[in-house]
Order: sequence, then C-alpha cells, then structure tokens
Amino acid sequence: MASLLSVSLTSASPSPSASLSTQESHKGKLKLRNSGLSFTNEKINPFANEKSSGRISMVAAVNASRFDGIAMAPPDPILGVSEAFKADTSELKLNLGVGAYRTEELQPYVLNVVKKVENLMLERGENKEYLPIEGLAAFNKVTAELLFGADNPVIKEQKVATVQGLSGTGSLRLAAALIERYFPEAKVLISSPTWGNHKNIFNDARVPWSEYRYYDPKTVGLDFEGMIADIKAAPEGSFVLLHGCAHNPTGIDPIPEQWEKIADLIQEKNHIPFFDVAYQGFASGSLDADAASVRLFAARGMELFVAQSYSKNLGLYSERIGAMNVVCTSAGAAARVKSQLKRIARPMYSNPPIHGARIVANVVGDPALFNEWKAEMEMMAGRIKNVRQKLYDSLCAKDKSGKDWSFILEQIGMFSFTGLNQTQSENMTNKWHVYMTKDGRISLAGLSLAKCEYLADAIIDSFHNVS
Amino acid sequence: MALSSAILKKALHRNSVSGARSISSWWRSVEPAPKDPILGVTEAYLADPSPEKVNVGVGAYRDDNGKPVVLECVREAERRIAGNLNMEYLPMGGSVKMVEETLKLAYGENSEFIKDKSIAAVQALSGTGACRLFADFQKRFSPESQIYIPVPTWANHHNIWRDAQVPQRTFHYYHPESRGLDFAGLMDDVKNAPNGSFFLLHACAHNPTGVDPSEEQWREISYQFKVKGHFAFFDMAYQGFASGDPERDAKAIRIFLEDGHHIGVAQSYAKNMGLYGQRVGCLSVLCEDEKQAVAVKSQLQLLARPMYSNPPVHGALIVSTILGDPDLKKLWLREVKGMADRIIGMRTALRENLEKLGSPLSWEHITNQIGMFCYSGMTPEQVDRLTKEFHIYMTRNGRISMAGVTTGNVGYLANAIHEVTKSA
Repeated sequence: MASLLSVSLTSASPSPSASLSTQESHKGKLKLRNSGLSFTNEKINPFANEKSSGRISMVAAVNASRFDGIAMAPPDPILGVSEAFKADTSELKLNLGVGAYRTEELQPYVLNVVKKVENLMLERGENKEYLPIEGLAAFNKVTAELLFGADNPVIKEQKVATVQGLSGTGSLRLAAALIERYFPEAKVLISSPTWGNHKNIFNDARVPWSEYRYYDPKTVGLDFEGMIADIKAAPEGSFVLLHGCAHNPTGIDPIPEQWEKIADLIQEKNHIPFFDVAYQGFASGSLDADAASVRLFAARGMELFVAQSYSKNLGLYSERIGAMNVVCTSAGAAARVKSQLKRIARPMYSNPPIHGARIVANVVGDPALFNEWKAEMEMMAGRIKNVRQKLYDSLCAKDKSGKDWSFILEQIGMFSFTGLNQTQSENMTNKWHVYMTKDGRISLAGLSLAKCEYLADAIIDSFHNVS
Repeated sequence: MALSSAILKKALHRNSVSGARSISSWWRSVEPAPKDPILGVTEAYLADPSPEKVNVGVGAYRDDNGKPVVLECVREAERRIAGNLNMEYLPMGGSVKMVEETLKLAYGENSEFIKDKSIAAVQALSGTGACRLFADFQKRFSPESQIYIPVPTWANHHNIWRDAQVPQRTFHYYHPESRGLDFAGLMDDVKNAPNGSFFLLHACAHNPTGVDPSEEQWREISYQFKVKGHFAFFDMAYQGFASGDPERDAKAIRIFLEDGHHIGVAQSYAKNMGLYGQRVGCLSVLCEDEKQAVAVKSQLQLLARPMYSNPPVHGALIVSTILGDPDLKKLWLREVKGMADRIIGMRTALRENLEKLGSPLSWEHITNQIGMFCYSGMTPEQVDRLTKEFHIYMTRNGRISMAGVTTGNVGYLANAIHEVTKSA
C-alpha cells in the first residue's frame, strides 16, 4: 500500500487581524506527513490469499491512517457563539452574537406575512420539482426589481444577470468563483473589519484579497480618508467589496456624499464594485432608502456585482434564499454571465432550494402582502432603533467618565461595533454572560429594552476595568 | 464600459470617456456556457409545442399520467410543519435529527457505527452537495489523490471533482456489447490503480446505465478494494427506488461495511422522497472512532461555511418528520415501492412493445437494468432523430428516464425507437 499523504491543517480560518490572503498563511501551516502506516508488499500478503480474517485486523491495516492527520477545526467565530450561549446555564445570559432578529421577549420571529404565504403554498399544493439551475424565475424577477427598482433602466434593458443563490453566502461564493475563473489576476478589496465569513469565501474560492481601512477606533466611525487612500492604491481592476447598507460588523455606513466620492474613485481606477446587501429594508426601515448606494452606482452605468439575502429582512434565515446580480452594460453580456454563473452552481448544488424562493416571490409579487411585509420590516427596524436609544440613554446615565456614546445612535442596522477589544469582549462573556463576537460586535437584534441597563453595566465595566 | 462586441468598443472609443483605461468589456472573455446536457434537455422539451412530445430526459419521477408527484407522506409532513416554526439558522452541519435518520437508512437501523458515533455526517445540498463537500474534503486532506470515476457516469460527477480541483481517472464499467457490466475490465482497473486510490461507486441503480454489479460481484469488488487499500465513496441517489426495498438497495454499502472498509456516502432524498427542489441530502464519512468523527465533521462544516453557511431547513424538516414517525415512515416505504414497481412495470412494457414490433435487436437489457434509467444503446444520431422526428427528449448518450414512460406513451416510444433502430 502506498503511503498516504495526510495533511494537517492546524488552523483553517485566519485570525481577524490578518491582512494577507490566507493562501500565503495556509502554505506555512500545511504539513505534509506520511501516514503512520506505510505498507510494503510483504504486508499486503495477509489479504492476498485469504478472505475475511476479522474486521479489526482489516480495519487497522486498510484504512486506519486515512484521517489521522485531521485536526479539529476551530469553532466558527460567529456561529460558535450561539453554541457557547446555549451551553451557559446562567439566568443572566444574553445572546448578542449572531445577527438573527429577536422580539422584545427575545424570541425568534417568523413574520406574519411569511406564515400566511406558507399556508397559501400548502393549500395550493405545488410540486417540488427541480428548479432550473438559476433558480425560480418569479423570484429572480422580483428580487432584481426590489434591489434596483422596477423602472430602473438596467432592469428594463435586461442588463442584469440574476441567479438565485444560497442566501448571501452562496451568492457571494458564486461571484467569487466567477472572479477566480475570469479574473485570475484580480484581487478583492474588503473592508477592515468585515463579516468574518467574507475571508473564508474568497479563500476557499482561491481569490486573493487585501483590506482597505474602514473602521476608525478613535472616532468609532468611518475612516474615510484611509478607505479612499487604500482603494486608490490598489491595482487597477480590483474588486471592491462594499456593504450596501448596515455595515457588518460596525453598523457604520458612508453618507451619500461619501458614496459619490467612492463611486468616482472606483470609476477612475476601473475597479468593479461588489455589493453585499444583506439588510435591505432592515437598516432604515425603507427598502428603497437602503438600496440607494447600489442604485447610485448602477445609475452611473457601472458594471457591478450585488449579493442579496432574505435571511434577515424576511426572517428566512434557514431557508437560504438570496441572489447574485451582475449588472452588465448589455443584455448579451448579461446572458453570457448568467450562463457561466449556472455552470459554477451546477457542480456545487445543481439547483437551489425552492421553498424560500417561493415565499419571497409570493410576498413581493402580491401588493397586499408586500405592504404587510413593509410594515413588519418597519416594525423590526423600529424596535432596533428604540433599543439603540435605550442603550445609549442607559450608558449616558450610568457612565460618569464623559465618554461619548453617541456612536450607538449613529451606527445603523442590526449591529453595533462597541469598540471593545478582544479581552474586553471576553470579559463581557466570562463575567457578565453576554455573548458577542470577539471583535467587539454586538447584535442589537438580540437585545430587549428590558436588558439595556444590564448591558450598559457590562459595557461600562468592560471598558473601564479591563484592558 | 462597453461589453462583448468589438464594434461597440470602437463606437465608444469615439466618444469621450472618463477614465484612463479605454472602454473594454469586463466580460468580453466570458463565453456562453455550454448547455447542461441533462437539464438542457428539459428546457428544450418545455419549449417544444408538439402535443406528442415525451420527456424521458431528466430523472424526475412521473406518475402514469406523466405528472410530477408529491408523496402523501410529504404532504402530511408539510401540513404538520407549516407556518408555525421558527426559521432560525440550522447548525452548519444541518438538522441533527434528519442526519440521524438518514444514517440509519444507509448504515442500518441498528448499526454499531451509529451507536459508536464513529460516522462524521452533515446535512448536504442533496446528492450534488454531498459529493461536492466530499470532493473538497478530499482535495484538502488528500491533496495528492485522484478520483476514479466509472465510465459512464452522471455527467455532473466530472464537473464536481473538476471544480474541486481533484484530478480524475476513469475505470471500466459499462459493457456496450452486452449492455451490462464490464466486470473483468472493472476488476482490472481496480487492481491496476495505485494502492490507496479513491473510487466513486454508485451504490445502486447506476446512473445512466441502470447496470449494477450482482451481490457476488460486489463482494469481489470489496475484497479487491481491501487488498489494494482503496477508498470507496458511494453515491447513493436511489435507495428504495431501485428494487423498491431500501434495505436491499443498500446491500453494496453493507457488504463494504462488513468487510471493514471506512467508506464515504452521499445520500439524496430528491428521488426517493420526491424532494427534488428542496435539496436535501447527507454526506457521511465513516471514521475510526468518535473522536476522529468529531474532527472530520468539524472540517466538513468548515468547508460548508464559505459555500452556503448552513443548509436549508424545509426539506430536512420534511425528512425528519416522516422518518421520525413510524406511521409516516411506513407510508413512505409503501409509496417508494409503488414508484419502483411502476418503473419496473414500464420496463417490461417497453421491452414487450419493442419485441412485438419485431425489432431485430435484443432489448433484454431494458428489464435487466434497474432503477430510473435505461441505457438503451442508441447512438447520439439516433437520439437526435427521436427528438427531431418524434419529439422525444432524452440525453444524447441514449439514456432513457423510465420514470417518464407511461402506459399512455410507451407504445409511441417503442414505435419511435423501433423506427430509428430497425436498420441499425
């Protein structure tokens, strides 16, 4: 038996501060190792002339070495938080980890409009046939219209290639694979910080990335000059990953004037804008307002990528429903790009899951249901705004240090970047049973008005008493 | 920025444009992708206005009226779960309950491996997703390895391992002359492959040929795999659908398990539970012990996270509702048998029709082969004639999806096949 090379990946996910493509760091960590069992011909003989000689001896000789080198993967920095939270027995515990909306009672929330539509679908008794590779046509139509506006020239002139994807993650991955295939020299510029999984997606798709400055810890706001400088310094034709609204994890969005300047620069450098829109409607409460940045770029005739997700705004987290939209400057190019996205999807999952797509198509496609949805979304976004206000008020009332907490009100969307460092975040968890990600991000969607004061105490303690 | 055509590019050159670089298409190098050979058939079928058209292309089950079927057990499960559950993210590994029930189907209800927790298993995006996760896992942890793929196989297998960047080799499988298994060729290839090679095997109802090894042949293959230290990866997309009995259809896997192999298995509920569009399946890898299984599972999750974060819930809930309820499970088993029986009936009918027409060729293979597909032995040219002249849609490798055959169209189909093959 030939010796099997088994690879030991000691850590497959990059540390948050890594600014190099993990391709480089992976190479350093890969250890090629001969398996412990390397058979010569003589050792094969026990099997050559006789049949089954007992399961155990065969197992030991045949397969025991295959997975020897496989180390335990580190827990996912975001999804692992919920797992740790579940294990905590304290009554005080608070889960501000994953960005899943909760009611004031801290319960998951299935939108009424979704329940209605599911029952409608049940009554209709539709079949479960395979969707085409690009997904449900009705869904693709409404999702592009929702994003760009039904009257947008890019829609009317069929310049958008839209493919249903597995929520935001899956849609991003499709685009990443397209970039790797057609722009093998190109880099993706991602904000520092960004959603943790962005790096994993580009790493696994073998697309190099580097970071542009984004978060300014001094102001707990946007480092606009740094952002512009870094995007300018990047090689021409880079992809610039932008959060359409409600930046994750900071909650800090550029203002309209800044978006204009970013668009100017991207055009000047012939970069390609790549939007991740996971919170349309959830940030301000208005679907149109939250799409303004994307529409600004599209209005300039720019070609762009846009990933969408309905996990948060329609509460369809586990249905995995989203889309990848590629705006091209001709219908012909859009058709070709769409065909290549399909070619990438086919060996990944063949065709996307139908259930969530039908829900979205039904909600958005029916005026009455669509209005209901808009109302529920305003309600969810409104609750978060209220919680921000209460948290801010509590912090101001309790903290006598004079620290400026207004960033809580200025940030937008589900998350707030508190400015707590890793040790301080750990204190939040270890001492206060507040579960959050180590980058200092809290999910306000998991906060109730009732818990704001407790949280304020925890934050103040972690800030001032822990370094 | 202009796209695609050089003409357009020139036109825009004439206009003044901002930006240092001349307007050239980002997407100029993007060629139209070739049509997927399987799913493209259905697209063409749908576009055909002929009232006589027959779709024996994609492997999706149809009832005797040619209609898609949603199983009763599935409808009942959906009634139970509709509208009142939260939609929180599943764990990255998917629904634990669904995975547990699914492992029982493949490994056996009372499998010691399940008891010992030595199987690393995650919910996957149907069979495709399970194969892809495994291919990516193989690439990451056995980076020097290749995959041996039977000839022929489901076309997407090649795409999957290619996109996972695992080099492919092939092994003999189908014997055109007999329309059966090339067992000698298969065994030669198994013996000649370097020790410790990875092989892709169809557990039952081989797609596209419908040709399966006999139990005796499976035992020999397993034995030779032991000698060579090969890794067996089973794609089981048709459990229950082949013979009508899921236990029987898992026989090959059970033989390998008895012989002590540490296998990998991709399972799908697309066909046997009719959950096609829900994308529900499972990838499992049998490890030495629980500790190793935990490590392997964590790595599978690490591969899934940057692909789709966590799998879709709806189909998984349907599966676990059905398999977790003894009455619903019994209903499912009856319904699966019903589907398999109908197909077996259509195989008999098609063969008899062809024989009655006085075809000079042998059509025994129609009833020898098993599962959804029949490898007819027709050439691409003959298939093209079937499509052009008779509006019969199938893949150009001559594969007939028996699920698309009904008492209403079997005569027409036989006639058409006879027409294009009688002078062969």
